[in-house]
Amino acid sequence: MAHSEEPSNITVLPPNKEKIRHLWKVAGILGVITAFEFLIAFTMHHGALKTAIFVAMTIVKAAYIVGEFMHLRYEVKVLFWSILIPMIFVAWMLVAFVYEGMAISLVR
Amino acid sequence: MASTSAATVDSGRSAWDGGTSPMGVSYGKLMMWFFLLSDAFTFSALLITYGLVRSSHHAYTGAVEAFKFSQNYWPIPERVYEAIPFFHGVEAPLVFVGIMTFILIMSSVTMVLAVEAGHRMDRAAVEKWMLWTILGGIAFLSCQAWEWTHFIMGADYGRSVAEGTTFFGANLVHNQYGPPDFADFFFFITGFHGFHVFSGVCFNFLIYYNTVTGVYDRRGHYEMVEKVGLYWHFVDLVWVFVFTFFYLV
Repeated sequence: MAHSEEPSNITVLPPNKEKIRHLWKVAGILGVITAFEFLIAFTMHHGALKTAIFVAMTIVKAAYIVGEFMHLRYEVKVLFWSILIPMIFVAWMLVAFVYEGMAISLVR
Repeated sequence: MASTSAATVDSGRSAWDGGTSPMGVSYGKLMMWFFLLSDAFTFSALLITYGLVRSSHHAYTGAVEAFKFSQNYWPIPERVYEAIPFFHGVEAPLVFVGIMTFILIMSSVTMVLAVEAGHRMDRAAVEKWMLWTILGGIAFLSCQAWEWTHFIMGADYGRSVAEGTTFFGANLVHNQYGPPDFADFFFFITGFHGFHVFSGVCFNFLIYYNTVTGVYDRRGHYEMVEKVGLYWHFVDLVWVFVFTFFYLV
């Protein structure tokens, strides 16, 4: 075998079936939400409600990616909040600037 | 609670006095987290500017079916991105970008499976899942190359300009779809994200190479797979936001 010169004291553990099943479940949730977004994109009229649904589903998807795939949900609370609190301020900044933009469009 | 258990070291010393890892992760992973936070600020700056400029333009208020490209209002994304390769003239709004989203989510799944295999020291499985992840990244970049080409070259009908000619496609100054800012933000936001995907593919290949040559077996752990995995998931995360704010809303 080509790998015969490698250290032989490495013990390969069997796949963690439960964990892998959980990861595929998260992937399924992300896929279903994306499909649902497509459904809404073509069945609902443009408006505040449609935008609100899109934003809400984006936040749910982001929570699954950061929490499960990036494992942040299982990290120490100090690390969790160090990442989350700055992003909450950024989200507020987005809201404030979009609101500002709507005010600009009125005087254009 | 994990934070309190990390904070109780011994005899009145706090976990922040040094010698321990109060955040419970290695230096490299912690630095990757804070790099990603700063990278998130950069992407947020682009998306916030996009939100400001877009909402300061007039929105199209008529029926979707009657929509025509105009300089006077921001275009509806689903009437801009409605082409798919090999089906010229077929209107398939947002289908291609949906495929791209699916590809990126799937490559995120294969990445997290590579991380899981790394925890088990299973070199063969890490190699397999890293290859799938690299393939997904290359597929996404190929799709984006096509999308950009189509956006730049334009549709069958262009926009009449003052000199009496018709302008097709888009550049940073003119575009047939709407106000100049529309194409500018398309280029900057999807371009900056695409460059992140490209560098992610390079990092993933580096990890794959080191795995194949046995670097991580000799090191005794596969933590580098986790660090680059964090970066790759972040790229997927950004796309989730770009998909919503640029293509859906």
